[in-house]
Amino acid sequence: MTAPLLSVRGLCKRYGAIDACRDISFALEEGEALAIVGESGSGKTTLLNLVAGALQADSGEVVYRMRDGAARALSSLSEAERRALMRTDWGFVHQDASRGLRMNVSAGGNIGERLMAIGDRHYGRIRAAALDWLARVEIAAQRVDDPPSTYSGGMRQRLQIARNLVTGPRLVFMDEPTGGLDVSVQARLLDLLRGLIADMGLAAIIVTHDLAVARLLSHRMLVMKQGEVIESGLTDRVLDDPQAPYTQLLVSSVLAA
Amino acid sequence: MSALVPNELLRVESLAKTFTLHLHDGALLSVVHGVSFSVMAGECVVLGGPSGVGKSSILKMVSGNYLAGEGRILVADGERVVDVARAAPREILDLRRRVVGSVSQFLRVIPRVAALDIVAAAAQEAGLDREGSRARAAALLARLRLPEALWRLPPATFSGGEQQRVNVARGFAGAHRLLVLDEPTASLDADNREAVIELIAERKAEGAGFLAIFHDEDVRARVADRIVDVSRFSDREAA
Repeated sequence: MTAPLLSVRGLCKRYGAIDACRDISFALEEGEALAIVGESGSGKTTLLNLVAGALQADSGEVVYRMRDGAARALSSLSEAERRALMRTDWGFVHQDASRGLRMNVSAGGNIGERLMAIGDRHYGRIRAAALDWLARVEIAAQRVDDPPSTYSGGMRQRLQIARNLVTGPRLVFMDEPTGGLDVSVQARLLDLLRGLIADMGLAAIIVTHDLAVARLLSHRMLVMKQGEVIESGLTDRVLDDPQAPYTQLLVSSVLAA
Repeated sequence: MSALVPNELLRVESLAKTFTLHLHDGALLSVVHGVSFSVMAGECVVLGGPSGVGKSSILKMVSGNYLAGEGRILVADGERVVDVARAAPREILDLRRRVVGSVSQFLRVIPRVAALDIVAAAAQEAGLDREGSRARAAALLARLRLPEALWRLPPATFSGGEQQRVNVARGFAGAHRLLVLDEPTASLDADNREAVIELIAERKAEGAGFLAIFHDEDVRARVADRIVDVSRFSDREAA
């Protein structure tokens, strides 16, 4: 049996007296989408950043199965190896698109940059890939030379997704990918993400406070409260038959539209 | 662990379910206990008993949507036997793709996804290729007499009966050996009920087993091989 794509073991992170993440362990298989839910301050974004290597954990480890099949602890990677991983096999979709895009570089340049970073120098090929990805995220080809600073919120988010997926990653981290968008824009983005995750066989870790987003995008869920995972399981099971008091509160607090 | 006998697709043993309502002072709501029955290949077992007696809860435990309290839910997966009551999420998802299909009472619509695509996606999950999935989806929607003009539209604006036909088509799109149906005909007119009855009969003839709830007496009489009265497992006074 091969190792999971990603194993997280005993991750801990403290900020002063506060446990932002306490002894968190889980595994993720290829093609599996995991949602991390909980209210603001529950530690879900901290956990995402710890797993993605954007934050240093106090203890615990993250092991990733590289493309060559070797399972490596992230802490054992050199800085160059870690950056290469972030640019090729991983994606990170930020809630604030301006953190994931170069706002004054053309859309085509934003997508092409990831390809150039892994050594592609063929202008025609990069341009073609950029146009192909703009189409896949439903952005008109004539906007390819415009910078995202001229785009709407929903378009920026879709461009950020294109930029992340152009290198064919196996794992994508998402921090509130639909946060701050209008509801109609959210639906389009969610549908797009759902299709891409399924078609590309992507593994994903999605932080969201929106249970409907978790239901639509994820196979499994972790529910966090005060830095701890208090419930986990199949997404529809956790939402339809929540066991922990806090999960019952979360589920029953959602207004049905 | 006692193995399943040949042709036994599902065996439920001493299954119990109690809800703990933490938001209501931890009140315990006992639903069922001591639930035991089997479903054999080619058989349709219908759960009977009045409303509120726990029929849907049993179906939901079998498909892994509700957590089983006590007992076992043994499902045949080829030579293997999986206990859904203890299976990891990943195993349950895998079972749902290949072995245990279900049709719920209502379609959960996904924004922007067309009726045909919903059904084709289910066929593809169960292992058909892209072309085959679309052909199968079209054939099922045609049999359930969903107007072709609706196939390319998302079902959000469909009537209840139209949505339910998409839901039934989705449930029957795969090649699942065990199908769990929760009142699939409740919002259908006579002709469409007939189409569902035929689909069930065909799949039974192919060796599939069914665990179902039907309130419609006529439908029940025509598809049920056996009725399991859930009242005797219930902790609730009949409503």
